[in-house]
Amino acid sequence: MKKLLVLIALVLFASAGVAKADTLKLMTWKGYAPKVLVEKFQKETGISVEVTYSNNEEMIAKLRATRGAGFDLAQPSQDRISSVQAEYGLYQPIDYAKVDGKLFIPSMLEAVKKNTLVNGASYAVPFCWGTSGLIVNSEKAPGVDSYKALLDKKFTGRASYRLKRPTIIAMGFALGYDPFALYADTAKYQAMLDDIEKTLVAAKPVVKNYWANGDALLESMRSGEVFVAMAWDNGGWKLHGENAAIDFKAPKEGALGWIDTFAIPAKAKNVDAAYKWINFMLRPENAGYFTSEENVPTASADANPHIAEAVRANFERSFPPATIDNIKWYPPVPAELEALEGKMLDKVKAAK
Amino acid sequence: MSASGMKQSRLAFWLFLAPVLGWLLLLIVLPHLDMLYMSLRSGSFSHPGWTLTNYQAFFEEPIYWLTFARTAGYAVITTAITLVLGLPVAFYIAKVVRPGLSGALMVLLLLPFWVSELVRVYGWMILLRESGVINFFLLRLGIIDTPIEMLYNDATMIMGLVYTSMLFMVVPLVSVMESLDDSLVEAAYDLGASRLCIWRTIIIPHSKPGITSGCIVVFMLSLGNYLTPNLMGGKNSLWFTEQIYNQFIASFNWNQGSAFGFLLLALSSVIVWAGLKLTRQKLGEVAS
Repeated sequence: MKKLLVLIALVLFASAGVAKADTLKLMTWKGYAPKVLVEKFQKETGISVEVTYSNNEEMIAKLRATRGAGFDLAQPSQDRISSVQAEYGLYQPIDYAKVDGKLFIPSMLEAVKKNTLVNGASYAVPFCWGTSGLIVNSEKAPGVDSYKALLDKKFTGRASYRLKRPTIIAMGFALGYDPFALYADTAKYQAMLDDIEKTLVAAKPVVKNYWANGDALLESMRSGEVFVAMAWDNGGWKLHGENAAIDFKAPKEGALGWIDTFAIPAKAKNVDAAYKWINFMLRPENAGYFTSEENVPTASADANPHIAEAVRANFERSFPPATIDNIKWYPPVPAELEALEGKMLDKVKAAK
Repeated sequence: MSASGMKQSRLAFWLFLAPVLGWLLLLIVLPHLDMLYMSLRSGSFSHPGWTLTNYQAFFEEPIYWLTFARTAGYAVITTAITLVLGLPVAFYIAKVVRPGLSGALMVLLLLPFWVSELVRVYGWMILLRESGVINFFLLRLGIIDTPIEMLYNDATMIMGLVYTSMLFMVVPLVSVMESLDDSLVEAAYDLGASRLCIWRTIIIPHSKPGITSGCIVVFMLSLGNYLTPNLMGGKNSLWFTEQIYNQFIASFNWNQGSAFGFLLLALSSVIVWAGLKLTRQKLGEVAS
């Protein structure tokens, strides 16, 4: 009898172990794990994917709370990795031998490796990229080509942006600073923040609301409540498909370029599945499907033939070659600056 | 009772109490101790150690305590409005309608709470937004010619908070009013008392425990609310909970966030205590 019990217990443990090994816990952004691909992955490998939606700040907070446990794979932006890695050790180094390097656009893979380098190891591979810039309703706000439109009295009650760091960087460029060059000089950066704070507080009557939810913003652009907003390119392209007057516009100060990555949390349980998912998602046909569905350009090298015509057209319309060269790519952000920025954003929000 | 019987009943008492104590210890006391520890530690990795700077920052930086004062003020206003609206509703349910109907009315009151707060707030946003339902009808009826933005201001936010917390005021009020002896009200009428006089001298004094417990719950819920101020509040309506969230999530400063959390706990306790003192009540009486 006792032996039987032990046997049952052993079987239970074993099956529990198998069950665990068969899921990949993925923390990512909305839309980054399309259902079709999750199902295809499961069919191919037998691994089911458990998706948790998040954003850069929450990803860091969640992993920090568990010291890097609870998820097998995360997708932070490349500029938000090195500083938190240095302070809290949230991730484990990527074993680049397990990643199929041929799948990636070489320059992008190199850039991410370089930007996530901490103590001689790199912590991420690129997945996709995109920009933030302006979404403009050209019928109601013709000729807008600068972030300054968000401060323009002409659009009182018709402008919207987030109180997050992209807005700070955009306003920095609009006011003639080079925020990225000031990263190393905290005092000068603070001076720039003070200037931006003044500008944003003075422009408070102009802004309709500080949006927090991408879908809600798109809804207010769709209904004509908002004419000019700072947001991601793919949102603008989505709206362009519904109403030709609305489109994404790379401002003359430069659209802000981000790269979202794959990074493996320090205490990931199912590392093998994580590498499998990375290689799966970067495969040209899968990356092409993702890009066509979500309007987000991929880091996969040969995905072009798999990308829908309309999506490529979007890209070519918003990004003529000169505009691409003007994209401002986020360098890794030092942690202490984020605290300064947070305080300044609070002040803007609280100001009358 | 024999000695062994005493021992047994005491054992049973502790056995039944154990889950509650375990619950309190694991889910409330321990996390708070950790928070307290964190709030007293320095946030920077280069200079770890004990410090009071996190608390100091609250008092030195006007934005923090101004936001707190604002939040507390609006929570008090919300509580007052909820009470004023809740009293007649509760009286109507407890005393005026026939008993069968009062149950149905309670269910009607409960119904909105079957959907989550988030969905309810989005519902309000659909109604009130510039291209929303109310504006649509006002425009159609020719009452206004340009749509009005009804969202994103403090009045809307307070309305949202009142709506969210109405139930927590009405339920305790109904239960105390049910125990009110009708003959007192009738006698007062016979003796020629005015409505106001009856409310002031009979109904409100009788309902005092319900009023107090309702007010405490509503005040605490409004003070600690995050969703409604964030979604319905305007561009200058920073709520204190939002600031705690920002410290944890946006600035990665958990130490500062913990200190704010503790200050919120302390200050709200003080406000509740002051409220009890002002109305000359004791917490124990309210709970009974």
